[in-house]
Amino acid sequence: MINPTEYLPRSYHTRVSTYWWLARWAYLKFILREASSVFVAWIVVVTLLQTRALRRGPADYAELQNWLRSPFLLALNAVSLFFVIFHAVTWFNLTPKAMVIRLGGKRLSSLAIAAPNYVAWVVISAAIAWILLRG
Amino acid sequence: MANRITLEVTRYDPAHDEKLRLDSYEVPLRKEWVVLDALNYIKDHLDGSLSFRWSCRMGVCGSCGMTVNGVPKLTCATFLSDYAPGPVRVEPMSNFPVLRDLVVDTSDFLVKLAKSKPWIIRKVEKPLDEEYFQTPEQMDAYKQFSMCINCMLCYAACPVYGLDPLFSGPAAIALAQRYNLDSRDQGASDRLDILSHHEGIWGCTFVGECTQVCPKNVDPAAAIQQYKLTATMEWLKALVLPRGASSR
Repeated sequence: MINPTEYLPRSYHTRVSTYWWLARWAYLKFILREASSVFVAWIVVVTLLQTRALRRGPADYAELQNWLRSPFLLALNAVSLFFVIFHAVTWFNLTPKAMVIRLGGKRLSSLAIAAPNYVAWVVISAAIAWILLRG
Repeated sequence: MANRITLEVTRYDPAHDEKLRLDSYEVPLRKEWVVLDALNYIKDHLDGSLSFRWSCRMGVCGSCGMTVNGVPKLTCATFLSDYAPGPVRVEPMSNFPVLRDLVVDTSDFLVKLAKSKPWIIRKVEKPLDEEYFQTPEQMDAYKQFSMCINCMLCYAACPVYGLDPLFSGPAAIALAQRYNLDSRDQGASDRLDILSHHEGIWGCTFVGECTQVCPKNVDPAAAIQQYKLTATMEWLKALVLPRGASSR
């Protein structure tokens, strides 16, 4: 509370709770979206480790694969997969907010801006899956 | 539908109370009533000392913003029947100092609004008998942001503003962007320094709730993100191009 004077009325200042992000689902979703970057970073580390092992030869790669099969890392990577997807979806859905594209004097709809991101995601994922799974 | 509903209303008397408290009132539940009607019923029939702001009753003046069941709302546009059977909790807007009951101190917003220069700035004025023409496309570029009624619900919903009161906040930035995008305006460079700093656009972490609670679909979150892009381009231009060559 600030000091009351004749000209400055006394007012009540509410402190924001440390747990403000639990107050509403939208806030929690925001915090999860921000936290997802930690899991994205972890997946980057895994990819770098895989690349390094691949360069060192089949023995190193097999050892890494074996390490990645541990229950803890399987669980961590499953959670990471969820967060990476969550990160991508929320990011794609936010792009129409930041981008205003006009074609023929008309503003493109949010769907028209977000959709190409999803199409590119599916096409690139399918291409990688094809390379990996063709035998 | 039951014919009565309970309202739990925040009370605060600066002369006597050390903190906020809740008082309960039972009011008639009528299909056509909004929360503001219920508050006026309380003031007229149950407790004349209840204080709250309101004016137009039609979502234009932006005076009656409050927190209804935890969500910032214009109480003139929030139907009581949507909260049946109740109780409905009516609190002052979050993130603002409470002066009395449901009345908050909005001075901070007014200072920030003025700082963002929300008016048309001309380097050269045309003679009074000449008009500033604008095509429908040019108007369309800023129209959405011009719908802001300064109700400050976006500030009540913004956790960044709650945690960092120095943050310029959604409406002030959206209104600056409204003028930046106006073809008649020449003040974008004047606003750049005010907007593009840590407590301006870069303070925004894109929670996006300002847009969700906006009763006029202004989309302040979009205004801020779009301006981040503009400010980055200006910074890049200032870095790459010789002095004076950028639009600043």
